[in-house]
Amino acid sequence: MSIAMATANALGPAATARAAVLTVVEAGVATSVQDLGRPGLAHLGVPASGPADRRSFRLANRLAGNPENTPAFEVTLGGLAVTLSESRYVAITGAPVPVTVDGVPVHDAPLVRLPAGAVLAIGRPWAGCRTYLTVSGGMEPVRVLGSASRDSLTGLGPDPVGAGSRYGLGPARPVPGVPLELAFSVVPCGGPVPVRFRWGPRHELFGAADRHRLTSEPWRVSAQCDRVGARLTGAALSIGSVDLASEGTMRGAIQVPPSGEPIVFLADHPVTGGYPVIGVVTDADIDLVGQAVPGDELRLTPMY
Amino acid sequence: MNGAAPVLRRAGDRGWLIDCAGPRPADVATAIRARPWASELRDVVPAATTVLVVAETLAGMEPLAAELRAVLDEVGGRESRPAPGRTVVIPVRYDGADLAAVAERVGMDPHRVARLHTEGTYTVGFFGFAPGFAYLDGVPEGLRLPRLSSPRPRVAPGVVAIAGNQTVVYPGGTPGGWHQIGVTTERLWDVDAQPPNRLAIGDRVVFEAVAS
Repeated sequence: MSIAMATANALGPAATARAAVLTVVEAGVATSVQDLGRPGLAHLGVPASGPADRRSFRLANRLAGNPENTPAFEVTLGGLAVTLSESRYVAITGAPVPVTVDGVPVHDAPLVRLPAGAVLAIGRPWAGCRTYLTVSGGMEPVRVLGSASRDSLTGLGPDPVGAGSRYGLGPARPVPGVPLELAFSVVPCGGPVPVRFRWGPRHELFGAADRHRLTSEPWRVSAQCDRVGARLTGAALSIGSVDLASEGTMRGAIQVPPSGEPIVFLADHPVTGGYPVIGVVTDADIDLVGQAVPGDELRLTPMY
Repeated sequence: MNGAAPVLRRAGDRGWLIDCAGPRPADVATAIRARPWASELRDVVPAATTVLVVAETLAGMEPLAAELRAVLDEVGGRESRPAPGRTVVIPVRYDGADLAAVAERVGMDPHRVARLHTEGTYTVGFFGFAPGFAYLDGVPEGLRLPRLSSPRPRVAPGVVAIAGNQTVVYPGGTPGGWHQIGVTTERLWDVDAQPPNRLAIGDRVVFEAVAS
């Protein structure tokens, strides 16, 4: 895409020289604005939301010299193109993607100096599914209940990202110079993904054979996989219907509905659920599940 | 109250799920929040029979369990006293879309349904289903009905509805499978307000009929 096109499409005559602005040229299939979410409100029915891969999200902001909670784009399966009204550093982490500036491929993409008016576009990831893009100084979207995270379950947060969406930017920050060789993101890239979990709170509702099956059989991420959760397919557990009142749930919960095919809760999970939770993926490994794509194989390994 | 003792179940790296057995989850949650160490908790989430407690960090999960057991001993040992919450009065216009159908199913006239609903003593048990959706326990026996067989896709804020022994004031924008008997102009959930919730866990709620 040429500079001329980008200027005509995105910035237009209305853009003033005063405040720096990011304009979305193309939104991609499932791009949202995220910060670290709205934790601590579950008792009011409010999901925590936030990035599906928190580690990569934080890394993006550290690279750009921003506080860790600065709003950024979570780009699922690529397709985002943006332009800036003023030259800034842009950090890109998470699922590795081809990056171009005005159509020219950029190498060593974690940190890119994007000139004013140029269009930075990210393509489909080679591995994983969620890429984070943040700008030095950070975007300043609407905050709802203290957070700029768009919660796909409840609709709380800023409006969905679309072509033409514009975001004011904070003052540019000095980029801290994180050594780029340390700026690696952890995503599944072929082969079984080891995922550790803790048993409970409702593993006792399952027989020994089912518990064994959970940890010994391979589970594949199905096409029903979004920010709320990832449904797994494999040798279904035989839970049948259990009479359990709804109870609080957490990110990483491995919930088993009557079909016997587990769902791993991700960022926008409901705060309560009525199906038994056989185990909970560790904090350390849940970001990996947030990067898994349909077809990826997970090996669920109990902590003890 | 039954004889079973509360049970703590591990719920992930940083969580304990308390099966309350005897004491009401709202009372357990309120007692936990009152402890000085509650500032180290991220979430205390009461539900129908449980309270989920999530710590900010993984360190000290066993000491936390010991503290939680002490809270449970204290709450369980208490005679059932009224919850320490406030009382919130909510004016309701009883002219909901399902009022006539409810009246027919319970065999009363609509005025009597409204009266009976205002005579209930309600307590905020827990929130769930959607942001600001507070389950209020205490619908009088004569008004208890199962949910609608087919939920409505979207319910406006302020709609007052009943199902089972629970009543709710819809926060707005959610689907709804409860029987709509009235509406209030009070805004009980507002994401732009600080705090967003007018009702808190443990509060008592009184509904007052106002003229249509």
